[in-house]
Amino acid sequence: MTIVSDANLAVPEGGTPAMAVRRKVLIGLFGFAALLTVLRPWLPEALIRLPEAMLLPWSDWLDVGFAWVQNDLGLIHVTREIASWLGFLIDAAANVLYGKSRWPNFEAMPWSVVAGCLAVLGYWLGGWKLALLAGGTMVWTALMGQWKWAMETMSVIVVAAPVGFAVGLLIGILAWRSARFEKAMRPVLLVLQTLPFYSYLLPAVIFFKVGPTAASVATIAYSMPPMILMTIVGLKKVPPEVVEAGKMAGCSRWQMLRSVYIPSARTEILVGLNQVIMLALAMVVLTAFIGMPGLGAKLLAMMNSFKLGRSFEIGVTIVLLAVTLDRLSKAWVVKQPEHFEKGTPWWQRHILLLIGVATFVVFMVLAQVIPILNEIGRRQSLSMGSEIDVAIKGFLNLSWVKETTGFIRWFFNLWILIPTERALLYVPTAAVIAVVTGFCYALGGRRPALIGVLFFSIVAGFGWWDRAMITLHSTLTAVILAMVFGMPLAVWAARRETWSARMIFVCDTAQTFPSFIYLLPAIMLFGITPFTVILSILIYTMVPVIRYTIEGLRGVPPELTEAADMSGATRWQKLWNVQLPLAMPTIAVGLNQALIFAFFMVIIAAFIGTRDLGQEMQRTLAGTQLGKNFTLGFSVVFMALTFDIAINAWAEKRRRILGLA
Amino acid sequence: MNPVISAKNVWKLFGPDPESYLKSMTAGHSFDDIRADGYIAGVKDVSLDVSKGEMLVIMGLSGSGKSTLVRCFSRLHDITGGKIEVDGQDIMGLKEVELIELRRSKMGMVFQSFGLLPHRTVLQNVAFPLEMRGQDKHSTRDRAMEVVKLVGLEGREDYFPRELSGGQQQRVGIARSLAIEPDIWFLDEPFSALDPLIRREMQDEFLRLQAMLGKTIVFITHDFDEALRLADRIAIMKDGAVEQIDTPDKIVLNPATDYVAKFTEEVDKARVVHASVLVEDGSMGKGEPVAADATILSLARRLINDAADVIPVQMPDGNVKGMPRQAALDILLGEAK
Repeated sequence: MTIVSDANLAVPEGGTPAMAVRRKVLIGLFGFAALLTVLRPWLPEALIRLPEAMLLPWSDWLDVGFAWVQNDLGLIHVTREIASWLGFLIDAAANVLYGKSRWPNFEAMPWSVVAGCLAVLGYWLGGWKLALLAGGTMVWTALMGQWKWAMETMSVIVVAAPVGFAVGLLIGILAWRSARFEKAMRPVLLVLQTLPFYSYLLPAVIFFKVGPTAASVATIAYSMPPMILMTIVGLKKVPPEVVEAGKMAGCSRWQMLRSVYIPSARTEILVGLNQVIMLALAMVVLTAFIGMPGLGAKLLAMMNSFKLGRSFEIGVTIVLLAVTLDRLSKAWVVKQPEHFEKGTPWWQRHILLLIGVATFVVFMVLAQVIPILNEIGRRQSLSMGSEIDVAIKGFLNLSWVKETTGFIRWFFNLWILIPTERALLYVPTAAVIAVVTGFCYALGGRRPALIGVLFFSIVAGFGWWDRAMITLHSTLTAVILAMVFGMPLAVWAARRETWSARMIFVCDTAQTFPSFIYLLPAIMLFGITPFTVILSILIYTMVPVIRYTIEGLRGVPPELTEAADMSGATRWQKLWNVQLPLAMPTIAVGLNQALIFAFFMVIIAAFIGTRDLGQEMQRTLAGTQLGKNFTLGFSVVFMALTFDIAINAWAEKRRRILGLA
Repeated sequence: MNPVISAKNVWKLFGPDPESYLKSMTAGHSFDDIRADGYIAGVKDVSLDVSKGEMLVIMGLSGSGKSTLVRCFSRLHDITGGKIEVDGQDIMGLKEVELIELRRSKMGMVFQSFGLLPHRTVLQNVAFPLEMRGQDKHSTRDRAMEVVKLVGLEGREDYFPRELSGGQQQRVGIARSLAIEPDIWFLDEPFSALDPLIRREMQDEFLRLQAMLGKTIVFITHDFDEALRLADRIAIMKDGAVEQIDTPDKIVLNPATDYVAKFTEEVDKARVVHASVLVEDGSMGKGEPVAADATILSLARRLINDAADVIPVQMPDGNVKGMPRQAALDILLGEAK
């Protein structure tokens, strides 16, 4: 098992008494695990897995608790009230965007109007390139005949993102005002950021009923945590002298917040908004699982019926939409106010606003005259879905392609995936916990080790151990493979400034794609098989691995590499002895992100057909078993947090030792 | 005349529970003793007065507590012990609204790294304190424009801070602090972040403004030359305590401690000391009297050419007094060895 070898590497030779204690603890833990594993055939069943009788009925207790909160405490009335408000907003947005026939009845806006206005917005924020990107994305969507689906998706985002932004900002401000509240929020935020999306979906469905309202609630909840964090960071970073200047100007508390703190934290707050928008998009695509119509639902349907051409086209639309939203909101982050020379007339100061209004009016009028500018019907669309489908399937059926993919699949399944999975399932529960604890101890010391024991014992206690192990197996294998493939690539790219910049650009762009999209290439190449699951996680997690490795290597102070050069180090010596050790804390952050991403992705992949926690969670969506959903969800949370805490502790310790903090 | 600012035995300690520590602390604890107990003495038993229209310069190296002290005067920091009165009001006794009112009507402050609001134009930054006190738009704009002109930034009022040089940014900071026509003006190392040439220019500009406005000023600096150039009185701080507080002439002539002497050693005393400081009772001397505020250096020619023992000085109160020529020459040429 790879975990063991990783941990062993961290054990130093000889050393101080503290190190000797450390070594003894590690030998004890790993020895215990090895012994249990070896003796397994002779062990009683109760020592291998927690016996059923010992499992507490967590799910039932949770259900009772939820029922109490929902009915006796009256939460359902609160949520009904919220639902009616959100429902109104979503209906209004939907009416404007695609003309849903419910009150308030607006006419659907012609696609050309949206495209034109977004292009003007893009120009205002970032010049011609962004105008082309924003307008082009809309034109593509319309031409491909996906306008209505895209607008269904957007109607949730235009409601969920502002609400998530506002609520996140508010909670962030409260957390910044009260240290105690912030302390209480931190673990909640950690859990929210590792909670599998099904655990957002089911409560949303139960409290808000299937459909757009539930979708937007899940989206808001999912997109909020980074907004809260960024708000706290931004407000804490306001320079003390600016704060004092505000106080000396005689600001009241409210004036301080409104006129000094929030404008000064503008950058961080807008970065938070960017993340809210991106996470909202990622989530709204996934709300297809609870019956939210739109691009996600279509993609899910097309993938399920293996219509690769249509899937591909929808995938492109989602990616374009993601890139557009990301670039527009990021351009807003860096946009600085410009001053005009004295005596500039009003129309010149607001020229782009006027052009925007003109665009709106002109296309509105044109759309009445030229129907194609109003709506592009299915027959008129340029979709080449079936042609692409034939092409892709034809390509995959070429004998050499078939042989290659077949070989890769066979090799990974037979030689890597199946044996390691069987091994992990063979190992007794206590041995796994001991190894994880040892791993945490080696990385972070006592506290992470205690957390590891506690969290994994809880997972065992939840009673989904074998499924949890399959989830863990997929996650770890995919991340390790991502490192095996990603790190050499990153090391190669880090050698040149231009390659690094290009690679990071690609990674940053790829990171904005909704996670769901990453299933697409894997399914295209390998169909619906267990290897596809690993491959999609692998592609998804390679992005942070590559990004942070390059960042870590490029971040090594130049005088250190120059010192290595002048000491006559070869390229390899320099890499091993100077660059990698100094880059490790940053690489660890990337690895951590990769693991969290992997835990998220493996659950999504459940719909391809896995036998892990995700599959069981997906089943809960059909009913109202909130308790079961949460025990499954928290099994994932506890496993993910164990690694998160240990790796972060290690990275922080290393940073301190290296004087990088 | 009552002092504008009066500080009596002011303490500012940083640490887990400063109030009870200060109460339990025995007298005579040094800065290092306090630090050993886990506290930092930002301001240590400081007593001083600032009178109306006076410019007090607080000089000290980084960590000497000068910035902390000035923040105690404006209650940006709450003091741990002692008493601070501004215009006879105990500022620790003020409620939040009263404190805000005091700052809105009487105090202005300039900061080392400017503390400008990045999202506001020059004019909007200057208008900020006026807006905060709810002044109407029209008079706010007029007043802000007036101060912008005063600091010589006319024509730049629509620029954003990032479009200005350091010196210009600090002019905005100065203009902002003057917008409400404060009686008391705090300047926390206002020119330290600027290039030497610009610094000199800004000091001249500052002296010009002060000559026009005649505010009560507390000016912080770590630059002894700047202190000598600007101050009516200088307070030299070390480890939170005031080592010496006096006029520049007297500090240069009679440094109270070795620490102060380290600063005065390198100073060209003839540039600092004025004729009025050296006068003695008795003989008035003969000839045309020299001005009381003339520096010894500016009198060099007269001191060397005039053979009289006593040189007459025209004092500000109208009397003429005598200055011993030998004492002046000692300052000009250094003591005879």
